[in-house]
Amino acid sequence: MVKVRLWGSLRQAAEGQTEIEVEARTFKELLDRLVETHPGLEPQIRRGVSLSLDGVIYREAWFTEIRPESEVVLMPYMTGG
Amino acid sequence: MSLDEYTRREFKQVGTRVRRPDGVDKVTGRALYGADATAPGMLVGRILRSPHPHARIVAIDTSAAGALKGVKAVITGADLPVQEDNFIRDVQDNCMARDKALYDGHAVAAVAAVDAATAKAALKLIKVTYEILPHVTDVDIAVKPGAPVVLAGRTLENVPAGMSENVTSHCEFGHGDPEAGFARADHIVERSFRTAATHQGYIEPHAALASVTSDGKAELWCCTQGQFFVRTLCAAIMEMEASQLRVTASEIGGGFGGKTTVFIEPVALALSRKAGRPVKIVMTRDEVFRATGPTVHTSMDIRIGMTKDGTITAADAHLRYSGGAFPCGTVDMGAQAAFAAYDLEHVRTYGWNVLTNRPKEAAYRAPGAPQAIYAVESVIDELCQHFGLDPIEVRLKNAARKGTKSSYGPTFSDIGLVATLEAAKQHPHYCAPLAPGQGRGISCGFWFNFGGNTCVSLNVNTDGTVGITEGNPDIGGSRASISLMAAEELGIPYDRVRTIVADTSALGYNDVTDGSRVTFAVGLATIKAARDAVKKMCARAAKIWGIDEEAVEWKDGAAVPAGPNAGKFPPMALAEIAAVSFETGGPIAGHHEVNVDGAGVSFGVHIVDVEVDRETGATKVLRYTVFQDAGKAVHPSYVEGQMQGGAVQGIGWALNEEYIYGADGRLQNPGFLDYRVPVASDLPAIDTVILEIPNPGHPYGVRGVGETGIVPPLAALSNAVSRSAGIRLAELPMSPPRVLAALDG
Repeated sequence: MVKVRLWGSLRQAAEGQTEIEVEARTFKELLDRLVETHPGLEPQIRRGVSLSLDGVIYREAWFTEIRPESEVVLMPYMTGG
Repeated sequence: MSLDEYTRREFKQVGTRVRRPDGVDKVTGRALYGADATAPGMLVGRILRSPHPHARIVAIDTSAAGALKGVKAVITGADLPVQEDNFIRDVQDNCMARDKALYDGHAVAAVAAVDAATAKAALKLIKVTYEILPHVTDVDIAVKPGAPVVLAGRTLENVPAGMSENVTSHCEFGHGDPEAGFARADHIVERSFRTAATHQGYIEPHAALASVTSDGKAELWCCTQGQFFVRTLCAAIMEMEASQLRVTASEIGGGFGGKTTVFIEPVALALSRKAGRPVKIVMTRDEVFRATGPTVHTSMDIRIGMTKDGTITAADAHLRYSGGAFPCGTVDMGAQAAFAAYDLEHVRTYGWNVLTNRPKEAAYRAPGAPQAIYAVESVIDELCQHFGLDPIEVRLKNAARKGTKSSYGPTFSDIGLVATLEAAKQHPHYCAPLAPGQGRGISCGFWFNFGGNTCVSLNVNTDGTVGITEGNPDIGGSRASISLMAAEELGIPYDRVRTIVADTSALGYNDVTDGSRVTFAVGLATIKAARDAVKKMCARAAKIWGIDEEAVEWKDGAAVPAGPNAGKFPPMALAEIAAVSFETGGPIAGHHEVNVDGAGVSFGVHIVDVEVDRETGATKVLRYTVFQDAGKAVHPSYVEGQMQGGAVQGIGWALNEEYIYGADGRLQNPGFLDYRVPVASDLPAIDTVILEIPNPGHPYGVRGVGETGIVPPLAALSNAVSRSAGIRLAELPMSPPRVLAALDG
């Protein structure tokens, strides 16, 4: 199981939780499980999210491996100038 | 991308100040910018813009314009398709209004004619019937229930009920229990701030030349930060296949984020398709100000609690950003960046994006971060004044470091904030005496930095030179940096490498030149492409020597036997291998395609001294020093240039630059006479100190440096001016009238 931290404004879409545990080995699996278990997150995930894995931010990378002990933080899709 | 990319090494070329490859062309006027493009039979395109900030377009009669001699095409929003996707629809509607004009300067029609005079005359013949609607250009008014609604139906599910329909999105970040933290504070400062919208102020106005042929193929030349993204947007708007549209980026006279989208490119393509001839559009400066993206304007409430020893006990921020007439996500970035420099137990930021009748925001260096960090760093300074504490010591006491759980969620790995603050503290500038009436301000800054989709081809020529093809317009010295990294990796002189920027048909997709990504991401791909070529060259040498490929390694620009068991062969240099490449298997090239992550966040600290003239309200900048972590400065002169440029743009933002709207909703100052950017005589020399804390996500430790430099100046200037004037200022710009008003109480 992987513990995923959500940002605050996703709380209402995740039944009041800001940490969710899901069974996932990759970024793609994680997103799929989040949508399955918490459909309220789907609009934001469809719009785009980034993933911080042990402090490194990934904007895409479906197949990035996630270890059970990893720190996983869901973030808005990052943009720059 | 893993965090084990970096290997410590002694550099032979990276880190040197080699000559810039675009220098001769630029100083002799040979460099081809967007407006320099030309084509046989080319027409002149011009755009009609709304004089109203908010109006329904009842009808557009183009018959007289179309009948004018010399006019070859007229288009309106009705000539473009109806888009299903919100993002593409917003981009298209910003290029050409469909049902409503949403801001002063919004495009409503366009013509293509044989010359500029005819095109101008044709615009006057277009009759637009408007139904004037109530408008709103101020974020604090737009956020209130009952304000005129700019665009209906665009509110996301995350916006709490009961807010104005102009509030399109909401975000919240943080951890801990701020109220419990505030209860432990010895003093709390709560203050509201406002920042004006500012323009990127690039020297080169937007320009595009489009040529659509009758068989559906198209060529587009334009000044852009990302030709591939231009292709994506224009192909969607023109309903073309990507392969049929080739986009070539010109040299670019500044972008700073403002050229990461399209404004006139689809219009030129649509006119060309209708006219059957090439069409060129070059924006006037007035159009650049009125119709291309400035940054957001903001209103913010900050609250920070501190104990008397300088420990921050809690912090929160409420940020209201407006990116004009279309939804944007910039407040998300500001809300995440606001407290990133600090290790806080209790922190919360809330953000709201709000629509107003202003031009659609475009990115501007570290979009969203300078505003939020300005407000936060101002309150930190006020707390330092309250307790009589040293501003750098307080920042060091609370600084984020390796292992800090950041205010936006992730735990930091190797970051350079403490080293940057220590460098600032030890610099002679920080302890230099100030004369009476002068003030010194400091501020931290932060930006995330990105990687992104990147393709690089590296071709080994038979004469031993190397050509690199990459896909990102060079806005900050990337051709020099990329050539340097290739030369380092291959072990050949810098002068033997030439890097060119490819059009969209020559290379796979490359993300836009943004997010401070190019030296980091394209550099990484270049190093890996060079390693790919090296592997192939070692294989050729092995064949020539009749030994296994594994028995050959690359050293100092040559293939050599890997050890005594591999045999005795003299080193075979790159040029020797290249010279016989046709005989040994054909041309040699290296490639790398990747979506790069692991960019590594960046911190900076700025110190500035100012003196406020209490009679005029004018601020003179006396001394300025920038400290920034570059990971590894590949070409130090360009890194210093980025740091200096960011500081100067930030000085302009802090002291003078602003979009000024009248009660009629029209922009009052769309020109450089009335929109005042800093010029050389306004500025001292900007001193720079580069720190190099290697980024573990890059083979050479490189971090992006393009954006962080614009983050600290706003608060650094505000803190300096506030200390000089003896009164806390909380609105940008601190223009002379605003400073005088504050001094008058």
